[in-house]
Amino acid sequence: MIHSLFLINHSGDIFLEKHWKSVISRSVCDYFFEVKEKAVDPENVPPVLQTPHHYLISIYRGKLFFLSVVQTEVPPLFVIEFLHRVADTFQDYFGECSEGVIKDNLVTVYELLEEMLDNGFPLATESNVLKEMIRPPNILRSVVNTLTGGSNVGDTLPTGQLSNVPWRRAGVKYTNNEAYFDVVEEIDAILDKSGTTVFAEIQGVVEACVRLTGMPDLTLSFMNPRLLDDMSFHPCVRFKRWESERVLSFIPPDGNFTLMTYHVSSQNLVAIPVYVKQNINFFETGSCGRLDITIGPKQNMGKTVEGLMVTIHMPKVVLSANLTATQGNYTYDLTTKVLVWDIGKLNPQKLPNLRGSLSMQAGAPKPEENPSLNIDLKIQQLAISGLKVSRLDMYGEKYKPFKGVKYLTKAGKFQVRT
Amino acid sequence: MSASSAFNDEKGGSSSVGEPEYGHDPASGGIFSSDYKRHDDLKEMLDSNKDSLKLEAMKRIVAMIARGKNASDLFPAVVKNVACKNIEVKKLVYVYLVRYAEEQQDLALLSISTFQRGLKDPNQLIRASALRVLSSIRVTIIVPIMMLAIKEAASDMSPYVRKTAAHAIPKLYSLDPEQKDQLIEVIEKLLADKTTLVAGSVVMAFEEVCPERIDLIHKNYRKLCNLLIDVEEWGQVVIINMLTRYARTQFLNPNINESLLEEGGGGEKTFYGSDEDEDEDEEEKEKKAEVAAMAKRKPYVMDPDHRLLLRNTKPLLQSRNAAVVMAVAQLYFHLAPKAEVGVIAKALVRLLRSHSEVQYVVLQNVATMTIKRRGMFEPYLKSFYIRSTDPTQIKVLKLEVLTNLANETNISTILREFQTYIKSMDKDFVAATIQAIGRCATNIGEVRDTCLNGLVQLLSNRDELVVAESVVVIKKLLQMQPEKHSDIIKHMAKLTDNIQVPMARASILWLIGEYCEHVPKIAPDVLRKMAKSFTNEEDIVKLQIINLAAKLYLTNSKQTKLLTQYVLNLAKYDQNYDIRDRARFIRQLIVPTEKSGALSKYAKKLFLALKPAPVLESPFKDRDHFQLGSLSHLLNAKAGGYQELPDWPEAAPDPSVRNVEVKESVFTLLERVTTLTSVPEWTKCSSREKRKEKKVEKPFYSDSEGESGPTESADSESDSASGSESGSGSEESGSGSESEESEEGSESEEEEEEEEEKDKKKKKKELKKPVPETESEQSSEEEDRKIKRKSKQRKSDSESESDEDEESESESSQSESEDSESEIEVKKKKKTAEMKPPSKPVKKETKKEKKEMSLLDLDDFEPAPSPQVTPVNTFLSNSLVTDLEGLSLSDSVLSPATIAPSSVLKNYELLHRITGEGLSVEYCFSRQPFSPDANMVAVQMQFTNSATSDTKNLHMEDVKLQSGMRVKEFPEIELLSAGETAMAVMGIDFCDSTQAANFQLCTHTRKFFVSIQPPVGELMRPIFLTENEFKKEQGQLMGMNEITEKLTLDAKCRNEHAIVQRVTTAANLSRVPCGSDKECRFAGRTVTSSSLVLVTVATKEEGAAQLTVNCEKMVIGTMLVKDILLALTQ
Repeated sequence: MIHSLFLINHSGDIFLEKHWKSVISRSVCDYFFEVKEKAVDPENVPPVLQTPHHYLISIYRGKLFFLSVVQTEVPPLFVIEFLHRVADTFQDYFGECSEGVIKDNLVTVYELLEEMLDNGFPLATESNVLKEMIRPPNILRSVVNTLTGGSNVGDTLPTGQLSNVPWRRAGVKYTNNEAYFDVVEEIDAILDKSGTTVFAEIQGVVEACVRLTGMPDLTLSFMNPRLLDDMSFHPCVRFKRWESERVLSFIPPDGNFTLMTYHVSSQNLVAIPVYVKQNINFFETGSCGRLDITIGPKQNMGKTVEGLMVTIHMPKVVLSANLTATQGNYTYDLTTKVLVWDIGKLNPQKLPNLRGSLSMQAGAPKPEENPSLNIDLKIQQLAISGLKVSRLDMYGEKYKPFKGVKYLTKAGKFQVRT
Repeated sequence: MSASSAFNDEKGGSSSVGEPEYGHDPASGGIFSSDYKRHDDLKEMLDSNKDSLKLEAMKRIVAMIARGKNASDLFPAVVKNVACKNIEVKKLVYVYLVRYAEEQQDLALLSISTFQRGLKDPNQLIRASALRVLSSIRVTIIVPIMMLAIKEAASDMSPYVRKTAAHAIPKLYSLDPEQKDQLIEVIEKLLADKTTLVAGSVVMAFEEVCPERIDLIHKNYRKLCNLLIDVEEWGQVVIINMLTRYARTQFLNPNINESLLEEGGGGEKTFYGSDEDEDEDEEEKEKKAEVAAMAKRKPYVMDPDHRLLLRNTKPLLQSRNAAVVMAVAQLYFHLAPKAEVGVIAKALVRLLRSHSEVQYVVLQNVATMTIKRRGMFEPYLKSFYIRSTDPTQIKVLKLEVLTNLANETNISTILREFQTYIKSMDKDFVAATIQAIGRCATNIGEVRDTCLNGLVQLLSNRDELVVAESVVVIKKLLQMQPEKHSDIIKHMAKLTDNIQVPMARASILWLIGEYCEHVPKIAPDVLRKMAKSFTNEEDIVKLQIINLAAKLYLTNSKQTKLLTQYVLNLAKYDQNYDIRDRARFIRQLIVPTEKSGALSKYAKKLFLALKPAPVLESPFKDRDHFQLGSLSHLLNAKAGGYQELPDWPEAAPDPSVRNVEVKESVFTLLERVTTLTSVPEWTKCSSREKRKEKKVEKPFYSDSEGESGPTESADSESDSASGSESGSGSEESGSGSESEESEEGSESEEEEEEEEEKDKKKKKKELKKPVPETESEQSSEEEDRKIKRKSKQRKSDSESESDEDEESESESSQSESEDSESEIEVKKKKKTAEMKPPSKPVKKETKKEKKEMSLLDLDDFEPAPSPQVTPVNTFLSNSLVTDLEGLSLSDSVLSPATIAPSSVLKNYELLHRITGEGLSVEYCFSRQPFSPDANMVAVQMQFTNSATSDTKNLHMEDVKLQSGMRVKEFPEIELLSAGETAMAVMGIDFCDSTQAANFQLCTHTRKFFVSIQPPVGELMRPIFLTENEFKKEQGQLMGMNEITEKLTLDAKCRNEHAIVQRVTTAANLSRVPCGSDKECRFAGRTVTSSSLVLVTVATKEEGAAQLTVNCEKMVIGTMLVKDILLALTQ
């Protein structure tokens, strides 16, 4: 399966290599670099490349390329999914997945990679199991370790691997037992020029943070599970139970995890929380343009819209922007041609407006297409689909845990065509 | 380490890139000198006896390895620490060892003994880790040691160690392929492993070592299907992919029939025409289908194992792991009936929310799927709409999908979308969009004009690339119907003044030349302009100018003769030899000279032949001959190690190869299916039976006398996904037996007899009963209807049961539904009882009965079809009924009151709810063969936790037995949540005695003393004997071994049916066919010693009867007589 892994930074340096079978020379990456040069955007590098003797499967995460080498037929998604899992694990361990942090924790990273694959086949990918074997670094422990010569490697044996709930580590103990759930929904939408919805759907995710002693068996039920159209579950969720009763029954992993993701059926009308009035014009003569954007509240269920931000990828010919914002501030990055208008909270009494002129390269023809607007927003304490958790029950343990549910609505891929 | 030194390291690494081993690189000597120094202090640190120093050194060494730097010279110093106590040092040493062992083979051997010791460690994790490192050391000399270690670990107690053994197999194989045969043995052994931990890893090993040995899978197929959901994600992917291939070799194409039906239905092309062509081109397929139709005309019945696979993989569509979802999706795409493939669409669309790499792969696969099965993704059309922020490669793929999805109904929406895309700033994407519009226009005639107009409008676009791409596409479109569009051609002719992109110019010129007759005035003018600018044109344009000139010369030589000459002359001195050649060639061809050959006569025909319009095809067409989701599919080229997806077999291979002796988990659905499709062992002894079994295997049997079984089961396939196999299974066996009767009725004596009796019976019927229709041989309409009704009900029953069975823990709601169901059953039973007349003519008529049995098996709860039906417990029915017992979870489902004779599992209480503090346990003798040990009696236990808290670790302890008795404990039940019920099966060898087996039932908190005492009737298993055999055996068991008792039958028990039922309830015996209607005979063998047990009940006038039991074991005989007497007289 996976033969070797190379971590490559944005500028094309290989800063880590790991081989699970025999050693493959890093010159194999040259094929990749060749393609990478051609593709303007790192996102446009095809994830699967064929070289005379190997196949290169890569992902791009956090400005890093995770490039794996395989020699024989393997489902590409298998490798891609695994690489993302590796990146997730780094994120989980070190708080971020970047070149600096990986270089700082090179040995831990190497130990992790060693445990995650055996002969190229995934062995332990559950974060709970890994953490039992290799403790994540923290400042206190690293100080203690340097003083005492202690180690990151767990001295107990990873029994989690043996149990039939491999996602949960054994012997969990907390003084404060708590289980928090975040229901986060993202609105994916395409609005056309006139503001009508071309396409809108809601994608939700239930993130959990469970710190409970022992082996709790939890049941989470919703007031209106019918809303959910399609979902995927963490392996801990008992699927049959969901099928028959529409409740989530599970023995949770310890710590943070994604319990489920769901999709709200597109038959339901999706509430669009804001409306956008925009007018972007490029003039045929005079090499300049005008921009005027106003945002107002629409269907926000009486909650305030926060974290409002508009991002516009301007055409290449736009040199600079001279705008005034009634609220928030804007920046225009000359090199990437990205205009960002950070608005903040939406005040329904005084609608935020951004207007002004754009200056263009002299002599260049006017761009045919107006750039589309990407909108970011947040609404606290609201799941826009109306999904509500009705209760959380715990079986199997005697104590009473703290429970909590938070709702959040965000804009996902929310785009306004102009 | 400082940044600069890191930089140096980097250099050191890359300079030695050319060599596989970085070893002795003189070029980097400068750097190495400092390295040597540093290595010296590393060596010192490693030699010290402080763990912290060792650790520090190892960390630095591993960091070097991670950067790709050479650290091989440290090998001796490092390998000394392999036995270090500090666990982190040890692990790092392992890392080092595995990396460099191949280069330093001799030194590596020093470490082997440490691992060999580790292999014997009492801790399973240490054993596993030792094996893991040992097998990772790529040193050929230790191959025998590895082999030994793997073999040993494969039979280790711990499943984790066995998993590690499975992982080690491909490692050893890649090191030494010679070991293949031995490794296959280990794989075979591990494939039989029942734990989920091992399953994924061993299938992985199987795929790497011996993917061609598909026969190894047979016996494990059902187990793998059932374990699948609990296997870890990565293992699931591998197993599903392997099973896809397996299924392709073992089952029949589920869609073959549908195409047949559709063909029969008037042959009109359905809307989703492309959906039908499964494997080959439409035509070929049709031919094949026709042949198939002629040859067979057999309705398709899905193999239950095929269904099992589909059903057990479906929940995995909800996996969070994209690879698992994709694996299931491809399985459904390749294996599922057309009507069911749709379920995967939603899950695949969900993956489009994932990382862009995932999107990329998924979209590629969706693109292939949409060509075959467009309808599936149509509802999700909008999910493929393109955002300006998508990477170009994703955009292009989405465009591909949208194009594939386009049809008459949605084309307007799609075109509107395309219009916005055309304005995009991403020019590659715009070009792709124009291509897509062109494809939509060629595929959908209705919008061709609209598209064309749209494209023509694009011709005035300011972006040259857009115009050029449009021109190329328009050219292709115009070729389809040129006569209509001379104005467009004119318009394009004007464009030659402005447009500069060579490809577009060439296209325009070609168009004008090709259709110069439609634009007779403009064409010469264009040529004139082109002639002027000839020298400045690109090569492809020049070639087209020559082309245009030649064509015009042929059609309109008057106006263009001179121009042509001029162009040809220019071309003659062109720098490009292609152009010079072309010019020379064309001059010879078109300009008639005295020397020119016969060809010039045909010049016009050659040049202005009618050219077929190009077909704009998706690049994803026919990609599905690669298994979807595979690397090969993505690259559209066979990758190394790719296993071809085989074509469906013409006829299904023998399905019985997958039969496994019924395992402990008798109550999983799997086993039910098994028992239903295959006749249990003890009935296989006669050749007749074998024949019968064969019939069952061939589900296509339909030419029997109007039996509606098979057709109907085909119906049920289509309208109900699950549950149908149990139904169809029994139907099949029913139809099998019946058809046999019609064909081979006169084969054996016995059957002849039966034939006569049937006739007799018929006559009687005619006399007695006015409406014996349900029974009549000819399948009247009514019967059909009835059967259908029954099968429906049956389906619903079995469905709910199966759900329950699959449940690891039964849920409250389900048990509720079960309750309600059993209520209904009770009602029905009452009904049945009411409808039964008090006395029935005791008619024995085996075949007839057989048929009735089969009908009854469809549905036991229907009112009795006719009072005359006296389903006697024949050998067949008995076996079927015993099988059906396996179907029932609780006895309420099949109860003695129903007509099915021996559907009687009496429940006994093992532990009362109150004494058990909320835990109650019931047991019954399931009368299933207990597969781990044939000498044991299977005891099925049902645990119900009615307490408020969970019960954990339910298991047996401290078994106290009489000498000679043995017990196979049930597997420990980890968790029994409050309010839930669980099943388990244990086996007890009672040594043919009725001594109780005592043991303790332990939970995590309590222990309960319990005992199981068997009724004597459960100590035997039914066997099949013919009448003659019976008589012969009986003759040898006379005297002491025979016990005779006279009795008066209970008033309710004076017909044959009732007798059979009561006897088979009391004892696990099977009916022996018998010529006389005054006698009922039964046969069985004791479980442990296999002594024969023969029972005869001879009825006389007015309820008097005589019971005879012949048995070697007199104690058993005596007790059995008592029990049967009690059963018959009460």
